[in-house]
Amino acid sequence: MIRFRIIKREPLPGWAKIVIPIAAIVVTLILSAIPILLAGGHLWKSYFYLFHGALGTRYNLLETFVKSSPLLLTGLAVAFAFRAKFWNIGAEGQLLAGALTATALGIHLGSIPTVLVLPTIIISGFLAGGIWASIPALLKTKLKVDDVVSTLLLNYVMIHIMGTLLFGPLQQPGSSWPRSSAIIEAAQYPILMVKSRFHMGIIISLVAVFVIWFINKKTTFGYQSRAVGVNVRAAHFGGINTTSVILWTALISGGLAGLAGVGELCALQYRLIMDISPGYGYSGIVIAMLGNLHPVGVLFSSLFFSVIIVGAQTMSRMTGVPTYIAEVIQGMALMVMLIFLLFTEYKIRAVRK
Amino acid sequence: MGNTDQPVVRMSSITKRFLGVTANQDISFDLYKGEICALLGENGAGKTTLMNILFGYYTSDEGQIFIKGEKADLSSPRDAILRGVGMIHQHFALVPSQTVLENIVVGTDSGKGIFLDLKSARQALIELQERFGLQIDPEARVWTLSVGEQQKVEILKALYREVDILIMDEPTAVLGPAETADLFKTLRSLAKEGRSVVFISHKLNEVMEISDRIVVLRGGRVVAERKATELNTRELANLMVGRDLLEDIEKKELPPGQPVLKIENLNALNDKKLPALRNLDLVVRENEIVGMAGISGNGQKELSEVLFGMRPPVDGLVEISSRPLKFGNPAAAIRSNMGRIPEDRMDTGLLMDLSVEENLILENHSSAEFHSYGLMKSKRIHQFSEDLIARYGIKTAGRDAVTKSLSGGNLQKLMLARELAGKPVLIIASQPTRGLDVGAMAYIHQRILQERERGAGILLISEDLDEIFSLSDRIVVIFEGEIMGEARGTAVSREQIGLWMSGVTA
Repeated sequence: MIRFRIIKREPLPGWAKIVIPIAAIVVTLILSAIPILLAGGHLWKSYFYLFHGALGTRYNLLETFVKSSPLLLTGLAVAFAFRAKFWNIGAEGQLLAGALTATALGIHLGSIPTVLVLPTIIISGFLAGGIWASIPALLKTKLKVDDVVSTLLLNYVMIHIMGTLLFGPLQQPGSSWPRSSAIIEAAQYPILMVKSRFHMGIIISLVAVFVIWFINKKTTFGYQSRAVGVNVRAAHFGGINTTSVILWTALISGGLAGLAGVGELCALQYRLIMDISPGYGYSGIVIAMLGNLHPVGVLFSSLFFSVIIVGAQTMSRMTGVPTYIAEVIQGMALMVMLIFLLFTEYKIRAVRK
Repeated sequence: MGNTDQPVVRMSSITKRFLGVTANQDISFDLYKGEICALLGENGAGKTTLMNILFGYYTSDEGQIFIKGEKADLSSPRDAILRGVGMIHQHFALVPSQTVLENIVVGTDSGKGIFLDLKSARQALIELQERFGLQIDPEARVWTLSVGEQQKVEILKALYREVDILIMDEPTAVLGPAETADLFKTLRSLAKEGRSVVFISHKLNEVMEISDRIVVLRGGRVVAERKATELNTRELANLMVGRDLLEDIEKKELPPGQPVLKIENLNALNDKKLPALRNLDLVVRENEIVGMAGISGNGQKELSEVLFGMRPPVDGLVEISSRPLKFGNPAAAIRSNMGRIPEDRMDTGLLMDLSVEENLILENHSSAEFHSYGLMKSKRIHQFSEDLIARYGIKTAGRDAVTKSLSGGNLQKLMLARELAGKPVLIIASQPTRGLDVGAMAYIHQRILQERERGAGILLISEDLDEIFSLSDRIVVIFEGEIMGEARGTAVSREQIGLWMSGVTA
């Protein structure tokens, strides 16, 4: 009889960090064949339209970038927090806080000089997300409240705050729907490429990748948050103000998610609606894990996600496979990645009895 | 089977490599029924690796294992336990919030279906306790027990699983003298019953005292195998380190200078909110090593934590170089120019998952020398860390190597390098050589003496009386959070210190 045992393996060399995510994506696509076939799709045709739909034409390619922007920002938000072991599950609520602030300012900022409107909105949206995230950080550092629970629950609080406002003071006059008035033109993100929706927010999110990489790698704060992430007690012993490191981490993390909300509002929707986010904050968690919490990894995993999401539309139109397949593939990608990460530390051995 | 000379364990030609480093090279090791066999060697000699292979925790790259005459392919500790092999690691595998009994039965099949049968388990446990004199209340929660008592729970756990080959990895590292004597009594009674014990250690005196046979490992190979009666301590030390290294400590006469540490009326609580320090007074001067002896758990940990800024005291005054120390603030302790060597270097002292360099700069990464406007000056940082690695002879693949890849002795060198880099006026060294081998220990002692000559005042908190006697200018003894006695280093007998340690004032 042969039994299988899971045993610890020796540490893998550095190249594994790059190879493993790529291998995980390849395996995911192979496994995705099963649900595609079950849904009655023609396999090669489906994959062709999946990628063609996301990358094949200029418009689709740019649309993939449009989709990746909020995913990239929430992914960065989660990755930055997780590195310091601040378990921010609340990017969704922080995104909504950003969108809500952008709406309120975007409707009413007509009186200030046009050039100042967008900077004001962007900074305020960042702060709104950051402050919303710093509530659980304060609870964690002062009262030892578990951050997984508090960040998650605050998402629902924010959804209800948004609902209350959209049925109340923010509701478009005369409308019976929970939606706000449109923001003024000066509050809209400029479109950077003609005949597309490629907007300034995409550039902001790419800059954010560099900024987060720079903070992690080059600054004292990046060092401190790394130290807090691996061992709070030793960081405290070394004289690091761990409370302030966690608070700043939360502020930056929530701020990034807030920017995702600002982008969705000011570049795509122009008015606040209840379903402004189809769960970008939660996808951010998966994207951060898939990207191994590294900013460049997050960039690539968010692009992979947006390829799947955008491509699934075309695939569905051309082959009849439902667009829900995109979510199946995303879930599968996370599972495969987690299993692959497990096998970076363990291996299976067959034992003959 | 049947032949009494046949070993219960035979490990033949075992080789084990980790990422190209050979931890065990062609080792053959036999263990006989009813014997206590010591596995002696410096840190990194391969003792623990070899026993982890016997316990099924690692699998060897080459070689075979026979247990009780049968070839054994061990792929997990479970396989080993089924064959009667148990191992007690340095870090216990107990659940603190559960009772002794629950800890002992967990993972065994003592039950009816999905229900635990604690009643008969309890009966079996009490019988075991009586047979081996391991008295512990089965209903006590593990977190309330002392380290020595927790070790007894681990031994009971092994016995409950009908282990007759017991491996103990440095069991005395965490024990005081009385607890050690207790443990030795238990081990002898186990051997008398016909069970076999492997005792991993690098403490020569203990090895001589407890074992029947001694196997010495060096650099992953067996260098000697002798009856304990055939050897003396000095020969054993030579075998272990490959050179004559029983320390001869030379200390210059130096008159103590100004006080650098003054503690008055210090009161502090332990983690369970019980008094740990009671009106403690202490002075340490320049050019002076004050050795603080005492059985563990008498307030040493709390005292060092108060001084490190990790534990705010209830009341009292601490002055460093005549300036009051701000309590509960590690950064203030660092600013007072104190070198801090905590006893748990892996949990408190070092960031094991970060690089060697990131550990070296921990305390001064935010000084003007290493950053400007929040940007790290990486060139200077590299220079600083490479300089320290060279000066302290830290054996590492480089400044970027992850700290947990270092051996125990090198971890402590890393601690020292960081803490002494700023030429501290005061050094608090808490158990600085615990768990280190003879070579590393000698190095640390030399460094401490050099710091004394440089002018630093040193508070040496240690449970190792040899260390206290050979280094200290003055010895104080702590008992239940109070200083029981104080004497010049040369003017006091071990007996007197022993009495003070157990709370007897004469």
